[in-house]
Formats: sequence, structure tokens, C-alpha cells
Amino acid sequence: MIERRPVLDVLRHVVLIVGAALVMLPVYVAFVASTLSLDQVMSVPMQLWPGHHLLENYAAVLAHGSARFSGAPVGRMMLNSLVTALAIAIGKIAISIISAFAIVYFRFPLRRTFFWMIFVSLMLPVEVRIIPTFKVVSDLGMLDSYAGLTIPLIASATATFLFRQFFLTIPDELAEAARIDGAGPLRFFKDVVLPLSRTNIAALFVILFIYGWNQYLWPLLITTQESMYTTVIGIKRMMAGGDAATEWNLVMATAILAMLPPALVVVLMQKWFVKGLVETEK
Amino acid sequence: MSKKGMTIALLAAGMLAAGSAQAVTEIQWWHSMGGALGDKVNEIAQKFNASQSEYKVVPVYKGQYDESMTAAIAAYRAGNPPGILQVFEVGTATMMAAHGAIMPVYKLMAEQHEKFNPKDYLPAVTSYFSDTHGNLLSMPFNSSTQVLYINKDAFEKAGLNPNQPPKTWPELVKDAEKLKAAGVPCAFTTGWQSWVQLESFSAWHNVPFATLQNGFGGLGTRLEFNGPVQVMHIQNLANMAKKGLFTYAGRKDEPTGKFQSGECAMETTSSGSYANIKATAKFAFAVGPLPYYPSVKGAPQNTIIGGATLWVMTQKNPDVYKGIAKFFTFLSSPEIQLDWHKSTGYVPITLAAYELAKKEGLYQERAGFDTAIKELTNKPPTPNSRGLRLGNFVQIRNVIDEELESVWSGQKTAKQALDEAVKRGNELLVRFQKANE
Amino acid sequence: MEKRVQFSSRWLPYVLVAPQIAVTLVFFFWPALQALYWSVLLQDAFASKTHFVWFDNFKALFQDSVYISSFKVTALFSALVALSGLAISLLLAVFADRVLRGARAYKALLVWPYAVAPAVAGVLWMFLLSPSIGVIAYALRSHGVDWNYYVHSGQALLLVVVAAVWNQISYNFLFFLAGLQAIPASLVEAAAIDGAGPFKRFWTIVFPLLSPTTFFLLVVNVVYAFFNTFAIIDSTTQGGPAQATQILVYKVYQDGVQAFDLGGSSAQSVILILIVIALTVLQFRYVERKVQY
Repeated sequence: MIERRPVLDVLRHVVLIVGAALVMLPVYVAFVASTLSLDQVMSVPMQLWPGHHLLENYAAVLAHGSARFSGAPVGRMMLNSLVTALAIAIGKIAISIISAFAIVYFRFPLRRTFFWMIFVSLMLPVEVRIIPTFKVVSDLGMLDSYAGLTIPLIASATATFLFRQFFLTIPDELAEAARIDGAGPLRFFKDVVLPLSRTNIAALFVILFIYGWNQYLWPLLITTQESMYTTVIGIKRMMAGGDAATEWNLVMATAILAMLPPALVVVLMQKWFVKGLVETEK
Repeated sequence: MSKKGMTIALLAAGMLAAGSAQAVTEIQWWHSMGGALGDKVNEIAQKFNASQSEYKVVPVYKGQYDESMTAAIAAYRAGNPPGILQVFEVGTATMMAAHGAIMPVYKLMAEQHEKFNPKDYLPAVTSYFSDTHGNLLSMPFNSSTQVLYINKDAFEKAGLNPNQPPKTWPELVKDAEKLKAAGVPCAFTTGWQSWVQLESFSAWHNVPFATLQNGFGGLGTRLEFNGPVQVMHIQNLANMAKKGLFTYAGRKDEPTGKFQSGECAMETTSSGSYANIKATAKFAFAVGPLPYYPSVKGAPQNTIIGGATLWVMTQKNPDVYKGIAKFFTFLSSPEIQLDWHKSTGYVPITLAAYELAKKEGLYQERAGFDTAIKELTNKPPTPNSRGLRLGNFVQIRNVIDEELESVWSGQKTAKQALDEAVKRGNELLVRFQKANE
Repeated sequence: MEKRVQFSSRWLPYVLVAPQIAVTLVFFFWPALQALYWSVLLQDAFASKTHFVWFDNFKALFQDSVYISSFKVTALFSALVALSGLAISLLLAVFADRVLRGARAYKALLVWPYAVAPAVAGVLWMFLLSPSIGVIAYALRSHGVDWNYYVHSGQALLLVVVAAVWNQISYNFLFFLAGLQAIPASLVEAAAIDGAGPFKRFWTIVFPLLSPTTFFLLVVNVVYAFFNTFAIIDSTTQGGPAQATQILVYKVYQDGVQAFDLGGSSAQSVILILIVIALTVLQFRYVERKVQY
């Protein structure tokens, strides 16, 4: 039995509380700023308790954005972010799971080749192929479109590997039984593999939704029309540093809005989130 | 309505729409005017479209200047460029070198038989965007220049005359000292440091920025802004920074926010910020011309412009050119120009619009609003003050910004930084020359 | 480990892998090949003139002191983010692991920042540290610190490091926690019985057993610092002042998108690809189970 030293216990709690507070600090300050008027934010030092402009600021931002700059309504941006996040999450899961299924449960020429091709794509994050990918998307006429925002990000090696590892643990007897019953591979997939994969799918969904929602570089490059901005890059564009001072209270309101959906997903699906994180890195 | 009826109605509507669409030639206008400026752009386009029925100008906000240029280049390479592209002055050399991608304005107007005389436009503007034969390559649209804004309330507090912005740099230093003594947190700052304190500074003092008439003479141009006058000035600013009289706050327009909030009492930046400062500043402010050094012979000469112009990209369908030409004529009419000038603070680009503004008493109504145009027309331009024509200039400006930052932080002296900037910038010019030969 | 039971079909497997292979070919390999091609060319922005220049672009890069400094900045930045991030998270994880009450609450509080986009993290910290209106900046200034990250390069680097570390805390924390919980309690108890104090127990037993996790997190954090921090840099300092925060990935963007220098930007991309390959190989050989085939 390991001894308990009360002093150490108190110390631990103190450190953890301080840690949690520091982690919350930027968000708290942002929230406070989003409830103040611009004057209050600009007066130094800014007050540290919430003000009275919460509804006003959020309504303004959702409807008009930061009118002095892009004027793009954040409501529209949230919709774009949602579409992007869902399309990427669902798309990645869908094409990865069927690829993994094919690679594990079939023997066919080029199987090895395809596996290595997928593996190599791990080493090509979008940041190292920015300009040429942009050109390809532009040549295909996919700029400023949901397709352009999502399809190039949909091929994921990690999801494929996750499913592959998982499928390898599915007992052979199940596949054998399916064969004996005369069920084809697709039936087997639908009736056996999919249901078994539910938790992995949920875990991946959380990770990929966050990934899709928080995309920055790619939407920055391929969207030029305000109606296609996502929330995350909308914030950057509000601080364009043009001819007027940044409206920080509205920027912070947008930041809070940008954080809400992924944070909600994490909190509500924390169990799957943790599993997803740990599994995808194996 | 029955399903069949719906189908017929839709077909009919479709045919009607297709029919009418064929009659109007669409012209895409890609620009970077956000917010209120964008609303004005849309208004101008609407007015043009309403005034005739053959052409329709469609303005599209494509992000900031560098973003829209990237998009246009990609569109061009994909075979589908916009008709009109707004390009910042820094991109001029790149556009000019793009043989085959652009249709020069003088050629466009001549071929389309539109009345067009470059002499109607402000010389400071046309000289920047003409080739060495005086042919105008792009259409002036939004041009600004550098001015000095002062916070009149702060001046009064410091015991200075609020109606007299300092005219010379020595005066400015003295005023800054008084402002600091009166407790003003930031006496002086500058926006767009490369544009204001080096590029236009050189023109204003009639010293060269680069060889071969600042690049107008050819691709073999090399940088020369590390001359004694510029070194003296940057070192002067560095000394001010050490004494706490000059606060550096960013490379582009971030410092204007500090002026607007009252933190900084003096700022040199674009005349285009006038409208926004007027809208947000809670204090009285005045506008004065860019300061100069009386010890330098020939100063003040004239300032160079900033802002952007409209370039025409080569189109597959030649019908578009006629529409663009007509639109340019419309754009340059005195009424449209005056309205644009009044609402934005960009200078009126035609002399006719300028005269109209004077006649209307605009400059009595708004004190200091004509500072910009006065600076641009101060004297006839010399080879040092027509403007700049340098390739890879976006990167060169980055280099200048970086080197200047190392001066403000005390890491380098002005001479070291400017020498280094010239060296690095010349490497970029050599690359541009090689790529475009 | 091969599956013993496999289906056979002539066309089905191809159909199933087709979407992924198609996207990978069109949006991964084809652009990578293009980058390779462009890296040996010198073009003007509009590609109206193209010159084949062999390795000149690469030579120019390695002779460019700015590019070399970019390497240094990236190395420094990654080291700072990885080391401080790991240290702080390890501390929190160790304490959270041993605390009797409230462990779940702490976990919930410390885990959600993973959801925050790096760009947003950057903006949040920029707001806190803004020289004119930031709350922390104000506190620093009232204690005599001359806080202006537009001028002081060290401060700009500090800003982005803080934002990046903050963003990564949850990830590191979760993995450390999982790693700690995988350590058999009996080992630690045995040491306690032998009279080892908590400090000694930690350094002689816990930390060594955590080393696979630690190493794994090190690599992950370095990769994160290399690439995912683009958003933080772009939304806050844009590489400045005086290149103090100009990491390699950011320079690729600046040169390609803002300055239209396709040759130079592509050469940088190629070099980055090589670095990623090296890091990935490192990750797989030393950390993961061997990728079996």
C-alpha cells in the first residue's frame, strides 16, 4: 500500500487546479470580451467579468460578420464549417473502411501496391504540396466549392490503418461462417464487419469531425468568396488589418462560436474521443 | 399546378433565361475591395449595367490583393481568367512581364475606338503604370499616397498648435518630444513602413530607389536605397525608437488602429485611411503632407502612389474587350470619379474630377482632404519619382520589412540593415530577370 | 498476420479501394510529382516563360541565409514546443493519476482544448498578449517588461510557442495518463514497500516505463510543430518580426502563394517531403509495431 502524504495530495490538487485554470484562461477572457462593447474591450486594462452585450454581439456577428471587414455573416461560415466537417468525417470513414476491408479480406493482384500507396500518402500532408494541389483543384474547377473543400482531404491513411488493424482482430470463424452460409463479401461486410466496427467508427468520427472543422490552410487557399469561408478562417480574415481597427469583441465572439461545436463533440463523446485518439496513433 | 404544367413552365422560363443571357456579355471583375469599399464597387458596376444593355460587369470580391492575384494566375493557367483584375501597385512588374496574359489598356482603348487620352489623368498616376514610351498599361482606379495624420487633442495637451502638423522631420522629432513629455504613450508611428519611409521617401527627396530609373529602364535594375539620405533617415527613426518617441506596431496597417484609438498621436500612412479614421476616431484630427528634410536639395519633390489599378486579361472571346473599354470610359467620368473620391479617400484620378471637386468646395468642407493630391502633383515627376517597376517586389518588400524590424529592435544599425536589404533584394531581382528573359 | 479466410472476386476489391486510390492519386501523388517538376524549373508567375534549371533552385535555397535561418527557427520552435509541452503535460498527468477525488473532473477540464483549432488558439493568445490591449500584456507592462512582440523577435516566438503548447496539452496529457495507467500498480507498490519515496519511485520506475510513450509523443509533437502550427503563425505573427517565427512550412506558403515564386516554393516542398519521410520512418521503426505485410 503506497503511503498517502496529505501535503503531497494538497499540492497535487493545487497544481491541477492551477493547470486547469491556466488552460481555461484564454477561453474565459475571450468569452468576456465577446460580451463587451468595442470601447470596453479597447480600454486598458479590459475588465475581467462579463458585460451586457452578449446577445447583441453574437447576433451581429452571426448576421453580418465584422461589418467593417469581410462582412461575411458568421452564420453562413458555421454552416460551411459544418458541411466541411461532416463531409470529411463521413467521407474519410466511408472510403477508408471499404479500402481496409478490401485489403484485408481479399487477395488480388496489386493489393500490396495499393497498400503501400496508401501508406506513402501519410508522408504527404497538405502543407508540403500546397501549390500543386491548389493548381490541380483549380484546373478541375473545384475552387470555392464544397467539393474542393472536402474531397482533397478525404483520403486518409490513418483511418485505413485503424480499420485494417481492427479487422485483423476479427475472428476468422465469423468470415468462415459467412462463407459457409453462402453470403457474399458485401453481406459479410454489412452484417458482421460494420456492426463490429461501431465503436471504432464513433471514435474516428469524433477525431475527424474536429479535424475537418478546424481546417485552416486548405480553406484559406481555395476559398476566395466570402460565402464559402469557414468559421476558422473567417476569424483570420476579420483581423485583416485593413484600414480600420480590428473589432476584437466581435472577433472573440466568432472565436467562441468556432470553438463550440468541436468542444461539444469532445465533451459529449469523451469516451469515444479518448479511444479514437489512442487508437489512431497505434 | 400539375407536374406537367410545372415542367412546361420551367422549360419556358429556362428558354427565356437562356435567350436573354445570350444577349448580354458578362465581364468578370475580380477585386479586393472589402467592406464599404466593396459596396461602392458594386454600386458602380450596377450603374454601368443599368446604363446600357449589352454588357454586364460582375464584380467578385476575391480576397486580398495577393490572394486574388494567385486566384487569377491559376484561372489564367486553367484557361479561364477574369476580364478585369485589380492588381496592387507592387504586382505591376509581374503583370507587365506576363506577355500574352494581359491586354495593355492603351491598346485596348485604341482597338475599340474609345476616346482615351492619358493626359486627362494625374501624371503621378499614369507615369507609374506606363511603359517607357508613355503608353498606359493598366487603368488607374484606387490610388492613394502617404500623408501625416495628427491627433489635434493630443497636440493641444502638449502645448503644440493643433492646426500645424510638422512639415519637416526635425520639427516632427521636436513635437514628438513635447508629446512624450505631456504623457502621450506613443508619440509617432508609421503604417506601411517600406512604402512610406523608403519608397516614397526616396521619391519625395528626389533620390533613387533603384538603378535604371527605379526599374523603368529594364530588367537589369538593381536596388540603391542604401544611399546616404535614406540611411540618415532610417537612423533618425532608430534614434527616435530608442528614445521612445517612435513606436513600431506592424508592417502594414495595424498601426492605424493605434492612431484611431488615441494611443499614438502622429501617424504617417495611406491617405486612403481618411474615411475610416473619420468614422472611428473620437478626437479631432488633422492631415498634413509627408514631412521632409530641408537639408536635402530638391525636397519635397512628389510622392509616389500606392493602391491598385485594373488590368485586362486576354480573353478568348473578343466581344468582351469592347465592354471592358466602355466600362473604363464610364469609370473615368468625372461624376463617378468624384463620388469614388468622396466616399473613399482615394485620390481623384482624372484632372477633370479634381477640378469638379474643387468647384464643389469639397476641400473647404473637409480640411486636409486634398493633401494627397497636392503631394502627387507637387512638381513634375523626375526619373527618381515616377514610381517603381521592380520584379518580385512582394518578396522585396518582405525583405525590407524584416531588415527594418531588426533596426527597430536594436539588432542592426540603419546602414547595416539597408545594405543587407539591398543585397538580398538584388538576389530577388536577378532571379526575376532570369525567369523573364 | 494474414487472414486465412479471404474472399475472391475479380472486380469487387478494386471497386472498394478505388475511391481512396483515386483521391490519393489525383490529390496526393500528382501534386507531389508536379512539385518535383516545378522545383527544377524557373518560371514567371504566369508560366509564360519556363527555364529548366536543374538544381539551381535547391542551390539557391541553401545559399540563402533566410532559408537556413528558417531551418533553425523551425528546429528551435519544435524543440521548445515539444519539450515544454511534454514536461507540463507529464506533470499534470502524474498528479491527475494519483489524485483520489476529482480525477474525472480534472480530466474533462484538461482534455477539451484539443477541440480548439490551432488558428483559434493563436488568436486567443494574441488577444491576451496584444501589446496595446492584452490583459497579460498589461500585467507584464505594469511590472516593467517592455512587451511588444512586433519589435522583439524573442517575444514573438514566445507567443507562438505558448499558443502551440496550450493547444497540445490535452493530447499529451491523455497519452501520458493512458501510459501511467498501464503501469502495473504492483511494481510501484513494491518500491514503496522497499522505502522509496514518491520522487525516487517516479524517476526509477515510472519514468523509464513511460519512455515509449514519451518518445512517441516527442515525435508527434515535433511533427505537429513542423506542420500543424502553420495556422498559429499565419493568424498571429505571419513569420515576423524579422523572420523570428518563419518556420519552413510558412516560408513555402509565403514564397508560393504571396510571391508567386513557384520554383523556389516547390524546391522547399520537396525538401519538406524528405523531412517528413525521415520523421515517419523514425516513428514507425522505433515506436510502432513493425508494419507487417
